[in-house]
Amino acid sequence: MSDSRIWTRIQPVVTILLVAVVIGIPLWLVVVTAGKSRGEALTPDLTPPSDWRLLENLGTVWTEGRIPAAFVGSVLVVAPAVVGVLVLGSMAAWILARRSGRTAAVLYAVGISGIVLPPAVVTLVLLLRQLGLAGTATGMIGVYMGIYLSTVIFFVTGFVRTIPPSLEEAAQIDGAGPVRVFLRVVLPLLRPVLATATILICLYVWNDVFYAFFVVGGRLDTLPLNLFRVASAGLYLNNWHLIFAYVIMMSLPLIVVFAVAQRKIISGITSGAVK
Amino acid sequence: MSRGSKAFDRGRHTHPLWFLAPAFAILLVFFFLPTVFNFVYAFTDWSSFHAEIRPVGTENFQDLIADGTLLRALRITLVYAVLVAILQNVFGFLLAVLLERDTTVNRIARVLMLVPVLMSALAVGYVFQALLKPTGSVNMVLGIDYAWLADPDWTILTVAVIHAWKWMGLSMLIYLAGLKTVPLELTEAARIDGASRWRLFWRIRFPLLAPAITFNVATALLGSMNGFDIVQATTGGGPARTTEILNIFIYRTFGQGLFAQATTMSLILFLMVALLAFPVIRFLRKREEIV
Repeated sequence: MSDSRIWTRIQPVVTILLVAVVIGIPLWLVVVTAGKSRGEALTPDLTPPSDWRLLENLGTVWTEGRIPAAFVGSVLVVAPAVVGVLVLGSMAAWILARRSGRTAAVLYAVGISGIVLPPAVVTLVLLLRQLGLAGTATGMIGVYMGIYLSTVIFFVTGFVRTIPPSLEEAAQIDGAGPVRVFLRVVLPLLRPVLATATILICLYVWNDVFYAFFVVGGRLDTLPLNLFRVASAGLYLNNWHLIFAYVIMMSLPLIVVFAVAQRKIISGITSGAVK
Repeated sequence: MSRGSKAFDRGRHTHPLWFLAPAFAILLVFFFLPTVFNFVYAFTDWSSFHAEIRPVGTENFQDLIADGTLLRALRITLVYAVLVAILQNVFGFLLAVLLERDTTVNRIARVLMLVPVLMSALAVGYVFQALLKPTGSVNMVLGIDYAWLADPDWTILTVAVIHAWKWMGLSMLIYLAGLKTVPLELTEAARIDGASRWRLFWRIRFPLLAPAITFNVATALLGSMNGFDIVQATTGGGPARTTEILNIFIYRTFGQGLFAQATTMSLILFLMVALLAFPVIRFLRKREEIV
């Protein structure tokens, strides 16, 4: 289908045009609008700014959007939550994959139910208040872990089942206890699937605004929450140049990480999802 | 002792149960307990207007049914989820077929298609709000003045297209990986047997994409049923609440201090997803058994 001769010639042209329109135009709009003055950006369009004020606008959102605080807040929540779900999820998944019988099956079903079931955001707020965790980073970390543990358990359990148990048995014969077997034998083998899970969960948590709004809204700065705040005020005042300057600031960390590790990330996402 | 639990007991020493404890403790406190609370507080008058919380029976449900809000929000959420699942998969699949060969142009195009996946959904929403304004660039290029985000009939489709645009790069990657798993000998054999390209594709390669389709459809459906950011950033639920999916309703009523109403809708979302999820879970688990 894709190797007929005419198609081989046309395909690159089609691809370039498609990418230019579908991806290029929206990104171009972001960059030119973020480079305009307020007056020029009132009705955002694709014309380049008469003089570029990109750095100036980035500087404005840096202070008005409290970017440093938001960046620290985001990292403070995302890093422990992601490490936490990976470690605790892998521990549980290892046992669930290796034990058989009805109890293990029931526990597995309970463990992965969070993939499909939506979290109860409203009562979550009430519960966190009762626990004294409302508006705290700890509460937010717990909530993200509760939401994404199921994803990790699902991915890792499937992966562990493809690893031959003989590798563990060799270590057991040498007298290694379960903790040692897990840390020395199982965890290193999980690298590919943990890479996939890390990427997906980082994407979701780093960009989340819905759960963050309920749990820490107004009490802790995170990048998406501050974008929401800047944009809600900005839309009212038609400050499109500031909204898009913030979008650039916020997307930059992920884009940089992606640009550096692009090949690994792509193979990471795909190797775990389709076996 | 039943056979099942005997099988489970084996491995008590090599795979101890306490390894499960931390994960299930977190799940219990931060996931299952709030869900149980949902079933309690949906039947109270919990709000920001008075301190005490009293049981009110099914009053919240009756109110939401009586003014038509419940059915409407359910319908909108389902329509949105189905539209996103279809569009995201069609876009992702077409991109995968288009960019399948490993040429330099294709490799760069694949990377660029992933930029929307990395962007925050909220940011994507604002970008398209700007593009789709009546005086915006899309209308300017097309030479029309259609109100993309203010049409009570079709705006939900527009927003679903934006949602699909944001995630199509991920679907594309999964489909690309799926296409790569089709063994070369199989397509060669079929070609020698004289199968046309069209037949080769639909009869041999497409069926082998089943795991990729499962994964993509399930994640797209679930992602959009729990959607919020893109709708909030483009329409905020409008025009005339025609794009008000359940999470937008929950966000709005919570902000108004009507906690019990928000909880009731949260319970309804839970029940809807739970009902639809059983077939999905069975599907996912069946897939795993094959692996």
